[in-house]
Amino acid sequence: MPKRTDISSILIIGAGPIIIGQACEFDYSGTQAVKALKEEGYRVILVNSNPATIMTDPEMADATYVEPITPEFVERVIAKERPDALLPTMGGQTALNTALRLFESGVLEKYGVTMIGADADAIDKAENRQRFREAMDKIGLESARSGVATTLEQAYAVLEYTNLPSIIRPSFTLGGTGGGIAYNKAEFEKIVREGLAASPTTEVLIEESLLGWKEYEMEVVRDRKDNCIIICSIENIDPMGVHTGDSITVAPALTLTDKEYQIMRTASIDVLREIGVETGGSNVQFAVNPDDGRLIVIEMNPRVSRSSALASKATGFPIARVAAKLAVGYTLDEITNEITGATPASFEPTIDYIVTKIPRFAFEKFKGAENKLSTAMKSVGEVMAIGRNMKESLQKALRGLETGLDGFNRVEELEGASKDVITGRLSQQTPERLLIVAQAFREGLTLEEIHAVTKYDKWFLRHIEQIIEEEARVVKNGVPGDAEGLRRLKAMGFSDKRLATLAVRSIGVAGGMGETQAKRSGLLHDTLRAMAGGTSEDEIRKLRHKLGVRPVFKRIDSCAAEFEAITPYMYSTYEGPLFGEPECESNPTSRKKVVILGGGPNRIGQGIEFDYCCCHACFALEEAGYETIMINCNPETVSTDYDTSDRLYFEPLTAEDVLEILSVEMSNGELLGVIVQFGGQTPLKLAADLEKAGIPILGTSPDAIDLAEDRERFAKLVNKLGLKQPSNGIARSQEEARGIAAQIGYPVLIRPSYVLGGRAMEIVDGEGQLDEYMQTAVRVSGDSPVLIDQYLRDAIECDVDALCDGTDVVVAGVMQHIEEAGVHSGDSACTLPPYSLSDDIIAEMERQAEALAHALKVVGLMNIQFAVKDGEVYLIEVNPRASRTVPFVAKAIGDPIAKIAARVMAGEKLVDLPPIKRKIAHFAVKEAVFPFSRFPGTDPVLSPEMKSTGEVMGIDSDFTAAFIKSQIGAGVTLPEGGVLFVSVKDSDKDFVLPAVKKLAEIGFSIIATGGTQKFLTDHGVAVERVNKVAEGRPHIVDRIIDGDVALIFNTTEGWQSLKDSASIRLAALESKVAIYTTAAAAVVAADAIAAQRGGTLEVRSLQSYYG
Amino acid sequence: MADAALSHAPKPKGATAVIVFADGHVAWGRGFGAVGDAVGELCFNTAMTGYQEVMTDPSYASQFVCFTFPHIGNVGTNADDVEGACDAALGCVVREDVTDPSNFRAMGDFPEWMAANGKIGIAGLDTRALTRRIRIQGAPNVVIAHDPDGNFDLAALHAKAQGWPGLEGMDLAKSVARSCHEDWTGGHWTLGQGYDTPGAEGRPHVVAMDFGAKDNIFRSLVKAGAKVSVVPAEATFDDIMALKPDGVFLSNGPGDPAATGVYAVPVIKRLLDIDMPIFGICLGHQMLALAAGAKTAKMFQGHRGANHPVQRVGSQWGETEGLVEITSMNHGFAVDGDTLPAGVIETHKSLFDGTNCGIAITGKKAFGVQYHPEASPGPQDSFYLFEKFVGELT
Repeated sequence: MPKRTDISSILIIGAGPIIIGQACEFDYSGTQAVKALKEEGYRVILVNSNPATIMTDPEMADATYVEPITPEFVERVIAKERPDALLPTMGGQTALNTALRLFESGVLEKYGVTMIGADADAIDKAENRQRFREAMDKIGLESARSGVATTLEQAYAVLEYTNLPSIIRPSFTLGGTGGGIAYNKAEFEKIVREGLAASPTTEVLIEESLLGWKEYEMEVVRDRKDNCIIICSIENIDPMGVHTGDSITVAPALTLTDKEYQIMRTASIDVLREIGVETGGSNVQFAVNPDDGRLIVIEMNPRVSRSSALASKATGFPIARVAAKLAVGYTLDEITNEITGATPASFEPTIDYIVTKIPRFAFEKFKGAENKLSTAMKSVGEVMAIGRNMKESLQKALRGLETGLDGFNRVEELEGASKDVITGRLSQQTPERLLIVAQAFREGLTLEEIHAVTKYDKWFLRHIEQIIEEEARVVKNGVPGDAEGLRRLKAMGFSDKRLATLAVRSIGVAGGMGETQAKRSGLLHDTLRAMAGGTSEDEIRKLRHKLGVRPVFKRIDSCAAEFEAITPYMYSTYEGPLFGEPECESNPTSRKKVVILGGGPNRIGQGIEFDYCCCHACFALEEAGYETIMINCNPETVSTDYDTSDRLYFEPLTAEDVLEILSVEMSNGELLGVIVQFGGQTPLKLAADLEKAGIPILGTSPDAIDLAEDRERFAKLVNKLGLKQPSNGIARSQEEARGIAAQIGYPVLIRPSYVLGGRAMEIVDGEGQLDEYMQTAVRVSGDSPVLIDQYLRDAIECDVDALCDGTDVVVAGVMQHIEEAGVHSGDSACTLPPYSLSDDIIAEMERQAEALAHALKVVGLMNIQFAVKDGEVYLIEVNPRASRTVPFVAKAIGDPIAKIAARVMAGEKLVDLPPIKRKIAHFAVKEAVFPFSRFPGTDPVLSPEMKSTGEVMGIDSDFTAAFIKSQIGAGVTLPEGGVLFVSVKDSDKDFVLPAVKKLAEIGFSIIATGGTQKFLTDHGVAVERVNKVAEGRPHIVDRIIDGDVALIFNTTEGWQSLKDSASIRLAALESKVAIYTTAAAAVVAADAIAAQRGGTLEVRSLQSYYG
Repeated sequence: MADAALSHAPKPKGATAVIVFADGHVAWGRGFGAVGDAVGELCFNTAMTGYQEVMTDPSYASQFVCFTFPHIGNVGTNADDVEGACDAALGCVVREDVTDPSNFRAMGDFPEWMAANGKIGIAGLDTRALTRRIRIQGAPNVVIAHDPDGNFDLAALHAKAQGWPGLEGMDLAKSVARSCHEDWTGGHWTLGQGYDTPGAEGRPHVVAMDFGAKDNIFRSLVKAGAKVSVVPAEATFDDIMALKPDGVFLSNGPGDPAATGVYAVPVIKRLLDIDMPIFGICLGHQMLALAAGAKTAKMFQGHRGANHPVQRVGSQWGETEGLVEITSMNHGFAVDGDTLPAGVIETHKSLFDGTNCGIAITGKKAFGVQYHPEASPGPQDSFYLFEKFVGELT
């Protein structure tokens, strides 16, 4: 069936900022969709507020609107662009909801826009619980039994058919507060009562408990001729009760008989047909009772999803690309499977390896939040690993996670613990549970016992048990000295580093002592070392290479080798020789090549921005004629699309894994070098090992990067250049820290060395807080020292991104932060160009940037942070590598600075490359987006520790308009009137006064607590006094919860005041009230509110700004 | 003990099984299941579920199956997932050692079941490399031997592999098919209930010629509304007619259709002559084609898996022309689509390589498909064929 010719332009809605539950997998999907539709000659219009995406690159869509994804803004885009069709299935829940609202409000009909992929009715049928249940009933599929109750009596009536245990969820509470699982009637009554009280609508949902049931997902694709195929089945190791996004999952399903699998397959297809997803990909989730196979449909998503991205990466089948083609009328048999190049897309991928996904969490960022996993997703990223068996896949995933694991590392606090303690820990759904399972085996618990508590399927438990049994053998006998024995271990996924650790323990066993003792005992003399097979990662590697035990690379070919794969998408494994040598399918080419190391799993502080840079390196170097080779293990990303680089290795980013790939790639052709500066800290950490192995590193030398991060070395350079830094010192003990802080003078900024995203960074006001910090920070960063800086109160912070080729320096962007210095640069809003800095100051920052670039011999990108206070420029830090702000700068100025930097790194000069604009006639404002609502109990306040998951950009010809767009894009609704609550610290009072006055003038009524109220009254503002929480009820939090407050300005002085005001911020978060916790941002917001009252914000495509 | 013609890596410690190729290659592994040796063709199967169904599929007679999926045996074995009571596959090659089964349906573990059924397993090989070799060089003749002590007379095994004539020209149907008439009872399978037995009253009568049938074909016919009687491969026209059939079904089975056709094709020709409704699957499809005057040939690379796309071709499909069915396949011979005589139309083709996957004889209620609409293992997209066949019987 040919493609549709009745439409010629298509609007795609993106997913907006990266948030928990909606991450860069939608950039991956959206980018594929944009490319697929452009290939077909359609005019593609894109709306996405996220500047860090590849899909919003100006050369991707024909018209790119970096505008807030709200029905109002998208309507304006539609009015302007008049697309024929809207594809709502590529941008997650955000796009679906927006499309649905546009349909319901009649906008789509008004402008004659057809929904393709999934229509409004199908979306509603899938999203509306009641309609979905009815649809499932109709096709004979069971749903979980449930009912809604508004009284205890009704609740008991529901219990009749849900039975105990039951899950009780109060309606409309944040993070499920007030709910729980009832195992007996007394508990049931208690939880229902509490739930009814907690729910603003006095309503609870009571559901049959499926806890402990097996959980599966099916990725289905359908075309308009009703051809249906399953791309991949996914089995959760974590049973029901943990959100699938937070679960450890494997592909394909491993514990189903064919009969059960086919029931699920048929059911999945029936669901798609009944819901009415006309074309495209959907995800159907099932729960299966492990005792009798009873199958329950949990939900379906009529769109591409995180799981479909995983399924695409797991099988090589590009679901989003295919879904986009199906949406315009093609059928599956008309689309080629690009992996084989010879077969059609109308088949079901079959795989000959095991894929494991493990989520990555960031609980350490959110003080006060419990690290318990539940049905609300909390993970911020994930790693995917591919192995030829379960053990290899699992252990590769663990080391790819980059949380310090080399495999199943020991859980030291459980060593020697009682069975009760271990069982207690096993029963809790935490991110560490997999490791605790392994530790439980070490401590002698049986598989049955572990299964009884965790409900992990015994099949998976047996594989973990076998790994632990094997570890015990190595500890007893050392690392085998023969190829066959070592290969056997490597094939089980043991890393060299893990084997080295086990070997050390082996020596301990020989000497009758523990590992620590063994390490320190001097027993590690050569004989014992040799007996144990070596005790360092290096020694194990040397032994392995000597024995010729090397990994081979196999292809992800979607067909289990039934057809030749033409796309080089690979993973490593260890194989024995079938006849002669183990078979490796890597076939490196004779071309000149560049290897780009990706950023690994997303985490707070290292996310899509770095993946963007890695993708751009691929694009640029491919254009320059090099073969590009990507190594990464993050399934959500564009960088791990087989289309992005010439060759893709889906592998953990450890020295061992990367060096083995390089060794194979260097066996043919010429390796120009490796790019380690684009993927954040992950690849940088490998630089030393790569250099040691003689691998050329492109661009700025790792030594220069180290120099910039090494306090002492950097201070010398700063002095030499005559630049100014805030006073600072390094402390290795609590005593030292006290001394240094006293010398600098409080407040000080304190943090551990070598951090990303400001982990554990804090502003410390006095010795008490310092002491507490030192106790926690040392635990966070092990033996490494803490850094103490003078904190420049109320300084303006700036980010500068620059490029240098060793000769010339170009400053691509100077960004002025909206929040004052002290808030992590990743968390503060910023504007490009600056809105309140003098040309002299900007020139001075540019001068210093140039001097630093030359001094550090930068070749490529560099980011510098400055603080400006009293007309003086202070240098905060320099990072001679790609920074988080690179994509924002590129989008703001319209020049591909990451691409240009990559070519500079490959040896070209800036003068020979496209020039970078220095002046722009518009403003771009970046705002951060936070996951506070996911972490009940944590204080939603900005600090030097980064907490945001994503960002949006507002762009307009006017600063205020750009700022407002950034706020709307970030989900903050700026009120036009109502009650403003002000409670600011003394030093901010003068600063915010004009802003409060302005808002009062345009009709806001002002309320304030004691001190602020007095100050404002004294300055002629009419203010109502409201109680602080400590002053008795009704207090300010009551007012906020009552929906009485429209806007909050709340800044704090010192630690105590911060603690006291946490409930205000929490209430604001729950009630979705706009809140500004820094004076600078409050003032800008007040200006924006005043300036925009009644006005309409225009939408403009990025392309038109660059013109 | 190894003769000079053999090419192999040194025998690893703990090698308790071996594959000896007719061309002299030797691959080592760890044995499971039955002890001893067997000779046959080595083919691969890409299905990720349903190993027990595959191992009991009589079409795999004289064949070893190299499973491309690395973990086999996960869900153990049970009494329902059996496709034939005969010898079926000789054994299997898997990458990973089998671990304890985990599934509520499991009644036993896979290695023990293999041993009890006389099937040899070999684990611990690079099955992907083996699969690629088969893809590139064609399905080899091999001996697989399993000895818990690891003692092998490689030269003798090699001689045995070389001496085996290969599947081409081999009639295997007789050896795996039923030897006498049987009234089939089992029908639709449901979770927790097993197979139902709906009774035969008032149902159209299908006589099924068993060339090595998968039981799920008979169950599917029953599910579609038929009463089923099974007759041996060598049943004569008169044997069949004596049962007063409303339609005749031609089953799947192993070996070369040309060889089996020697005695079966004349019977089918006579059935066609009297306009008997006929439905053939796999080998049955090939023999229907032979009876109608087409030719069959051995494929360089057979189709074995549960993910094969088959497209409906021809205007007789009306609106569903071009629809794709995801099918289960297991065949090493195929009907040559270029040899279809007048009056025989192609109804289905493989989207992987364009080979013929279905025919219909114009003016008659006679049709066949190369693939396995009975699934087991595999997708159930094509069940409509049973409904079509049974529905047209009067």
